Amino acid sequence: MVENRKVIVPIGPYHPLLEEPEYFQLYCDGEEVVDAEWIAGYNHRGIEKLSESKHYDQVTFLVERICGICSTSHPIAYCNSIEDLCGIEIPERAKYIRSIIGELERLHSHLLWVGLAGHFLGYNTVFMWAWKYREPILDMFEMITGNRNHYAMLRIGGVRRDIEDEDVPILKKTLSEIKDKVKMLTEAVLDDPVLSARLKGVGILTKDDIKNYGAVGPVARASGVDIDVRRDDPYAAYNLVEWKVITTENGDVFDKAVVRLLECFESIKIIEQCLDAIYGKKGEIWKEVREIIEGEGIGHHEAPRGEVFHYVRSDGNTTSPVRHKIRAPSYVNIPTFKASCIGETISDVCIILAGVDPCYCCTERIAVYDKDKNKKVYDFDQLIKKSIEKTEKIKKELGKEGKLWKHLL
Amino acid sequence: MIENIKERLKDKIKEIKIHNERRVYLTIDRKDLKDVVNIIFNELGARYQIVTGIENFDKFELLYHFSFDKQGLIISLRTFLDKENPEIESLTSIIPGISYIEREVWELLGINFIGHPNLKHFLLREDWPENLYPLRKGVKKDGRK
Repeated sequence: MVENRKVIVPIGPYHPLLEEPEYFQLYCDGEEVVDAEWIAGYNHRGIEKLSESKHYDQVTFLVERICGICSTSHPIAYCNSIEDLCGIEIPERAKYIRSIIGELERLHSHLLWVGLAGHFLGYNTVFMWAWKYREPILDMFEMITGNRNHYAMLRIGGVRRDIEDEDVPILKKTLSEIKDKVKMLTEAVLDDPVLSARLKGVGILTKDDIKNYGAVGPVARASGVDIDVRRDDPYAAYNLVEWKVITTENGDVFDKAVVRLLECFESIKIIEQCLDAIYGKKGEIWKEVREIIEGEGIGHHEAPRGEVFHYVRSDGNTTSPVRHKIRAPSYVNIPTFKASCIGETISDVCIILAGVDPCYCCTERIAVYDKDKNKKVYDFDQLIKKSIEKTEKIKKELGKEGKLWKHLL
Repeated sequence: MIENIKERLKDKIKEIKIHNERRVYLTIDRKDLKDVVNIIFNELGARYQIVTGIENFDKFELLYHFSFDKQGLIISLRTFLDKENPEIESLTSIIPGISYIEREVWELLGINFIGHPNLKHFLLREDWPENLYPLRKGVKKDGRK
């Protein structure tokens, strides 16, 4: 560590950049950052320990609570690990539905990041655009699963809900509209001279840095490291459809944005092919799993931020895992700040830290309080009723007029 | 790839368990860990994924997960540590990014990593009581014994 430390500039634990508590200490000499430290654990919920006391079926929904943005990526990785443990092959229709949910999630997560990145740079037009075009994707989620986040779609051996044939044309129409909008956004972002000036050559990560810190996902692919779990260790329907892995060479924050924006189009391509594959067909969506045998299983999934890793060990006698290890992508992506932030200026460090897309939770449902009487206006059942009504409304609006954009245009 | 690894590591492998063609578990002695990781990580070019620490009835168990992405293969190196005074060499000199997970395993399970440059609390608060390791089996969910 640096002796005779210079000025310490704190970022966090509560900071607009990090909407979840996390603490970075920057040691600065003038404007230049000479060293940095990361302190975490403000929000540690002990989910690995909790998992050891839950039933295997409950764990699927427990791990969904790890992240609000990429909430389906942990259940997918967990189900992969159990299916690896028991050697289960899931029905084909379930594979396609898993891929659809996974890719819709990538789409909304990448748009969310692009918006936030624009916001951190003081470019709020990008923020407004990206979040506006993200909203219909959440509506599509609500239409398919009944929820905007925490979709609760997965179970060990398949998925819980089917996608109805009558919904498919509406989903495809909405997707094609989103594609045009994302194309406009991509062109605007990539051609913008201000964004180029702020992002090009900033926070460069080399291939060696990626290897040393084990970074994954768009962070690795922006530095020319060609890894993607969806292609390398195929699961769900990723080996049944045509798509390609996006990589760029420079490793700066601009390239990370390019990778994420171009991946949106690949995701749309995957979803369209999956929807075509299930349209007009019937089939099983899950396979009953009666027993979790003794052994150990590893499952991983390419979440929007990179590889999610789950390890599960079962003793064959009890209904809970003996050990459940979870590694989220930010755990290996954030430590790259040691390589990317040192030597940069304070103002650039903010966007470099945000460049790895550190993960935070956005899932608080509403609670309406009466200030004078100091009690809740709606109770749990009323809230559930209201949210079901809203889902029905979205289905009806999308179904009849098929014009998701009418309130946006 | 599995054959290649077998040939390079030879008698350092005490036991090999092939779960399927994409998941392989190798049991090695804890004294050989540094050499084995050097071969797998630096020479064969595997990607470091994470470390899993497990408490068994009679021993502690550490699993070092590495991925060969081109083959879609995950190699897990398994080592066993004594229940009394569990310790193992730190790998921070080979893999810089492993520092945080070693700190986490140390504070949650109480496994000492020899030669770690900065072995202090990462997830738990700094004044967390000594010798109370929340991920051990006897400890309750709220962190009390």
